[in-house]
Amino acid sequence: MTLLYSDVEEELRAAVRGLLADRCPPAAVLGRVESEPGRRGLLDSVNSVYDLGLWKTLAAEIGVAGLLVPEELGGAGAGLGEAAVVLEELGRAVAPVPFLTSAVMATRALLPTGDPLLGELAEGRATAALAVSFAASPYAPGRGASLRLDAGGRLSGSVDQVASADVADVLLVPLDGVLYAVEAVEGASVEAVPSLDLTRPVASVRFDGAAARRVGECDVAEVLRLGAGLLASEQLGVAEWCLETTLAYVKERHQFARPIGSFQAIKHRLADLWLDVVRARAAARGAVADPSPLSVAVAQAWNAEVAVRAAEEALQLHGGIGMTWEHPVHLYLKRAKATQIALGTPGDHRAALASLAGVPGPE
Amino acid sequence: MNEAQIRERVAAFLAEHDPHGDRLEFLRARYDAGLAWVWFPEGHGGLGAPRELQQVVEHELSATPQLNTGVQAIGLGMAAPTILAFGTEEQKRRFLRPLWTGEEIWCQLFSEPGAGSDLATLGTRAVRDGDEWVVDGQKVWTSGAHHARWAILVARTDPGVPKHRGLTYFVCDMHAPGVEVRPLRQITGEAEFNEVFLTGVRLPDDLRLGEVGDGWRVAQTTLMNERVAIGGAPVRRGGGMVGAVLDAWREHPGLRSHDLHERLLSLWVEAEVTRLSGARLREQLAAGHPGPEGSGMKLSFARLNQELSGFDVEFRRELTYDDWTFRRSEDVDFYGRGPGYRYLRAKGNSIEGGTSEILRNIIAERVLGLPSEPRVDKDVPWKDLPR
Repeated sequence: MTLLYSDVEEELRAAVRGLLADRCPPAAVLGRVESEPGRRGLLDSVNSVYDLGLWKTLAAEIGVAGLLVPEELGGAGAGLGEAAVVLEELGRAVAPVPFLTSAVMATRALLPTGDPLLGELAEGRATAALAVSFAASPYAPGRGASLRLDAGGRLSGSVDQVASADVADVLLVPLDGVLYAVEAVEGASVEAVPSLDLTRPVASVRFDGAAARRVGECDVAEVLRLGAGLLASEQLGVAEWCLETTLAYVKERHQFARPIGSFQAIKHRLADLWLDVVRARAAARGAVADPSPLSVAVAQAWNAEVAVRAAEEALQLHGGIGMTWEHPVHLYLKRAKATQIALGTPGDHRAALASLAGVPGPE
Repeated sequence: MNEAQIRERVAAFLAEHDPHGDRLEFLRARYDAGLAWVWFPEGHGGLGAPRELQQVVEHELSATPQLNTGVQAIGLGMAAPTILAFGTEEQKRRFLRPLWTGEEIWCQLFSEPGAGSDLATLGTRAVRDGDEWVVDGQKVWTSGAHHARWAILVARTDPGVPKHRGLTYFVCDMHAPGVEVRPLRQITGEAEFNEVFLTGVRLPDDLRLGEVGDGWRVAQTTLMNERVAIGGAPVRRGGGMVGAVLDAWREHPGLRSHDLHERLLSLWVEAEVTRLSGARLREQLAAGHPGPEGSGMKLSFARLNQELSGFDVEFRRELTYDDWTFRRSEDVDFYGRGPGYRYLRAKGNSIEGGTSEILRNIIAERVLGLPSEPRVDKDVPWKDLPR
């Protein structure tokens, strides 16, 4: 087991970072979040914050959409490490693309079934979303969902706070250990709602007798656990951007005829933050090298907090400019705070560690 | 040299040397076979092999006589890498073998009453007299000086230049006339460290390590290694201080509360991510040398030890203390004795080997590239500094 990055991972990182620098600089992301989310149905992604043009390029030119799909099913057959590095870079750029939702979680849900849809997802020709609340967790996978299947195999009910649902061609609905696919517009509605996270907004999903195709069996808790483990790498990327951007700013910004980064009050805060980020990298790589329930819980319990702390420190140390809409730091704060809730809060993961790590509570 | 070859070496060594025989003879033979520290050069206890292969050797030899890493800590962790980096062939040949086997114990004569965090302002003087140096001054916080045969010493050889430039690094003979060791009682009740008074101590010039006036650079090697030695030791999951707390937690279910449970889980997570970064750091260091990143490990180690040992006392609702008797401790043991002792001893973790505040400065300036505070003492000759 190694906690270092492989050469292949570093090459993939360089490719993703290069493309994002060109296509997804902070100003471009800020520009996209200006558009108002409206009421949209499936397939209506014209006005979405999600950048599907960028997503298609990432999928076609770098092949990120098929990383977790085996070669015989049309993917790259790569490991978690490669997906994690992509998430670090997407986090650094708060890139509004459905990688985590479609290429990680929806793909992982489909993998045991071998469904042909995997090939389409792997090539980026189609995008899927798991119809599970982003606020659900491996410990409470049904949170925010109320669904039922009638005798004719039609699906009704609702799921709140589904990430990236408004740009999904297919909704994958887990229900009682079975995965269903909803591909038609009829009987299904997806309403993007104003979201705390401007760069990964959530939507309300409603079914009213929608046609649902049975895809196969699905252990949704395991899917969410995989997502949670890899989300730690995205959180690492968010925290790294916040730290690096703040370092550059405090070296540049002068007050009292000195760079503010020469004051110990600021240096010590950034040293502490750096140490938190160093440990977040180890935790993220730990969850990749050993994606066990324990490692995932450790990585989420730590990295979710570090991402929020990094964004909060970045805002504070930028002073007034950090409070403005035009500076991108708020995009990172909103992403960080939303991922603190997503796929289990740090408290949920710590509570799980009580049994995973043998630290039982009061009797 | 690869892993298989190292295993062969160890097997060949064990075929010739009985680990159940004389302990010292075994350790000397292990040194001579290059299996002491494999990344050291041949002839000095090593094989010039990659550092990560050391763990293979340790694993293969885990059932054989071991070093006393407590009392030998300063020798192994600080003196040895400095002697290796700056010593002459003769110095390496003379000092490294008995240092490693533990036949000679080392201590560190760095801090002074007037020079703590600002170590470079130290005032112990070394004046040249023919082939000798005459040393006068006072050192403090010297762990294990009462066991030590040798010390690593930094002294001022030129007061007329700015403070960092007038220092020279020596090996000090702790048995030389004029060396006086007095115990300093600590808040734990015992005396782990000492004051050391140096009065007209004569050291031959061949005990000098590095060039005259280059002592600060030599000392940096020692200090970098010290921080790794304090914070960088491998621990298993749930080991170290968190292990001591968990044992008590599992043993006394009646003392648990919800508040303590939440705090313990947070500390457990922090201990685990710190352990993982230590493992990651060691992977990075495997081929190279400790960098400023080591300062980060020492910072986390201090915070965690203090939090966990404080938690332990509170959890046990224990108002007694095992023993306040004034005594000399045999070695440095952060995890020994009772919870009260561990709590009090851990307070030193954020002071010894660089305070946490100085470590944050080092991280900020050397790792993050932040500018230093304006300095008033930078270009002033040491003798003209206010004190």
